[in-house]
Amino acid sequence: MKKVHYIISGFLGLILMVMSCNTGADKSNGALSSSAAEKVYVAPGEHDEFYAFISGGFSGQLSVYGLPSGRLFKVIPVFSQDAEKAWGYNEETKPMLNTSYGFVPWDDSHHPDISQTNGEVDGRYVFINGNNTPRIAKIDLSVFETTEIIEIPNSAGNHSSAFVTENTEYVVAGTRFSVPIPQRDISIKDYKGNFKGTLSFISVDPEDGGMDLSFQVLMPGFDYDLAHPGRGASHGWMFFSTYNSEEASTLMEVNASQNDKDFIAAINWKKAEEYIASGQFETMPANYAHNVYSDETHTATSTMKKEVRVLDASKLPGLAYLLPTPKSPHGCDVDPTGEYIVGNGKLSADLTVHSFTKMIAAIENENFEGEAYGIPILKFEDVLAGTVNQAGLGPLHTEFDADGNGYTTFFISSEVVKWKVGTWEVLDRAPCYYSVGHLMIPGGNSRKPYGKYVVAMNKITKDRYLPTGPEVTQSAQLYDISGDKMELLLDFPTVGEPHYAAGIAADKVIGRSRKIFELSENKHEYATTSDADVKVERNGKEVHVYMTTIRSHFNPDNIEGIKVGDKVYFHVTNLEQDYDVPHGISMIGANTSELLIMPGQTETFVWEPKQVGVWPFYCTDFCSALHQEMQGYVRVSPANSSLDLSWSLGED
Amino acid sequence: MYVRNMIYIIFFDFWGVYFWGINQYNHKMKRLSVLGTLALFAFLLIACGEKEEKSKDGFSIDRQKTTEQQTETTPENTTKASERIELENKGVGVVTSVDLPTEIDQAMAANGKELYDQLCLACHRIGKKFIGPAPNDILKRRTPEWVMNMILDPELMVKEDPLARELLIEFNGSPMANQGLTEEEARAVLEYFRTL
Repeated sequence: MKKVHYIISGFLGLILMVMSCNTGADKSNGALSSSAAEKVYVAPGEHDEFYAFISGGFSGQLSVYGLPSGRLFKVIPVFSQDAEKAWGYNEETKPMLNTSYGFVPWDDSHHPDISQTNGEVDGRYVFINGNNTPRIAKIDLSVFETTEIIEIPNSAGNHSSAFVTENTEYVVAGTRFSVPIPQRDISIKDYKGNFKGTLSFISVDPEDGGMDLSFQVLMPGFDYDLAHPGRGASHGWMFFSTYNSEEASTLMEVNASQNDKDFIAAINWKKAEEYIASGQFETMPANYAHNVYSDETHTATSTMKKEVRVLDASKLPGLAYLLPTPKSPHGCDVDPTGEYIVGNGKLSADLTVHSFTKMIAAIENENFEGEAYGIPILKFEDVLAGTVNQAGLGPLHTEFDADGNGYTTFFISSEVVKWKVGTWEVLDRAPCYYSVGHLMIPGGNSRKPYGKYVVAMNKITKDRYLPTGPEVTQSAQLYDISGDKMELLLDFPTVGEPHYAAGIAADKVIGRSRKIFELSENKHEYATTSDADVKVERNGKEVHVYMTTIRSHFNPDNIEGIKVGDKVYFHVTNLEQDYDVPHGISMIGANTSELLIMPGQTETFVWEPKQVGVWPFYCTDFCSALHQEMQGYVRVSPANSSLDLSWSLGED
Repeated sequence: MYVRNMIYIIFFDFWGVYFWGINQYNHKMKRLSVLGTLALFAFLLIACGEKEEKSKDGFSIDRQKTTEQQTETTPENTTKASERIELENKGVGVVTSVDLPTEIDQAMAANGKELYDQLCLACHRIGKKFIGPAPNDILKRRTPEWVMNMILDPELMVKEDPLARELLIEFNGSPMANQGLTEEEARAVLEYFRTL
């Protein structure tokens, strides 16, 4: 029987060989079917044209992709611990995850947005919101690392975030869940009138990018869903979609869908600045963390802030207006000119487009339909620019190209629909696989979109990839939008759940990208910037190891005099000054992650030895031909041992 | 050529199959037959490859490389690379000429020591061989240009300077790290070496 198998496989092999010879010869055929492949093909060694920063959703992180290839470059840890990069594990980054609730090792990251200058994405920072324990993070694109996280007080479900104004004056953070403000022990049934929403404006320092919670606008107890800034003529305004204007607190899927129209809230933040300047704010006691990581000390600090300035929109005229918008609007998007504000009623088949010019006219004429808690409600007909009729089912989000077209996702009918801004006619539609949420055109929410590609981020994947058990990756899809018809080019898997994404031309980012950290600028408290300063110090039961690494050894690599019950801090400085030469270190039995130390950087892990013996450590990141030799030993003696500390490298 | 190969291949494979059949109980022959089939596959692969003209170039380049390496590694000089005196070799890199005044610039040397302690000391110790050689008396063995080129671009030197390559092998294949010094900084380190 066995022989038969051999014979068959011999024949099969022969056929395969012949076939492969033939296909090799015919490779240039079939140009039509390979055009999509050619459009996304980035040859080995070539670079992508765009960066795409795609939120990690419930992974809490931010992923970095290249477009059009869909290749994943990096997952930047933001709100969740990441053992690979020691984020939230090493002593330096633990303070980044500090909050008023203590150390929170996870969040749900939704909406990345790139910093802007003059209404164009500028490639300095990406901001992203932590939805669950309200926070805003800033990722510095010179290092592709999270360098600042600020907690948002008086907020819950920080969803209408993190969107930047056109000169990055502010990052906004609107609350999804209204809550009692200040928090207190009251019945949930007393929601109406007692629960409030806040819209937070976090200023960004134009020089160093430092974030500061400048003020909060106190609003009625609606749910604030998404936001986008005005631009051009509407610069100075921020628009927030709302639902649950019913102010329900239970069985929301029914009770928050009763009103025919909810609102888009238009906030005049220039007016807010005037109120702040004239002192018409209330200073509320608060407690929120402000965490800053320094690339000089390679260390984060966490400061608890104790108060916040609040502007009450019910009492301060001209600060806020409500634009009636049908059917629980979700997406709230502003076109590149700043004239049109699109509200996508998610229970509707139509898109509602408001006109900024008409809104200003209606405000000047004081043509109000009513008020909600003192905030004027404009008349729907007065502000309406037009409606994209019957475009699909369940509209969610809109982005724009550079030629005056809008692209809107429809969750229920699972498609992207292209329509003309101004005439509101539907031009094209392309199916999504399946159930699309957000979409992203690089620069698509700025004055200057790059109208070449759109990325659709889908909620359901089902059969698009090889099955991986009950949980499957979520799917992004890339479409070419440079022609009249959208063309699906590529599916690619994503990390966690992609909500929103932000894209930018690669050449706006790569010039600022750092290769190393200068050793001479290392101001870490426990840095060892010269091998002459290597040492081990004891302070009671605390032991500090001042260690260095370079290809391919640790200094010291032999340490004796450590005792059971000690708390040993390994402060490891990577002395390399060359691109792409990180070193890792891990210690047997350490109750933490490895370290992954970039050239010129210092990181610290803590080891509490529990057993007498001699215990090895080693480099975890393949660094040279002698990487496997990059190892060392620590001798651990009994707690009552009188052995003095000693350390060495290369001594017998 | 290609067609002829294919005919051979088909013929030989049937020959192989034939052997499978008649030598069912002959263990030795069975093994031979396996070898025969493997050889056929290899032959097939070559047949595929021969279609592309490029492969011929690749083959001849490989041969050139081999001879090149052979001449390089044939040691004419049995002195260790680290002890050899090469006062003509300027190495490969941006530094082509260094003017050393007779008097040592003490301020420059002090700056060089600072840089050395931070960026070089982890592998090069004064007065003793460590990961790499000690820098003492380096200018008695090397030109100042060679030293600076080695500091500024060790990767290029290992690639293109035969002495640098021999040194890499002498020092366990541990590559010298590019520590990102500027030309001015490398010059200062060189000045420090003159004080040792």
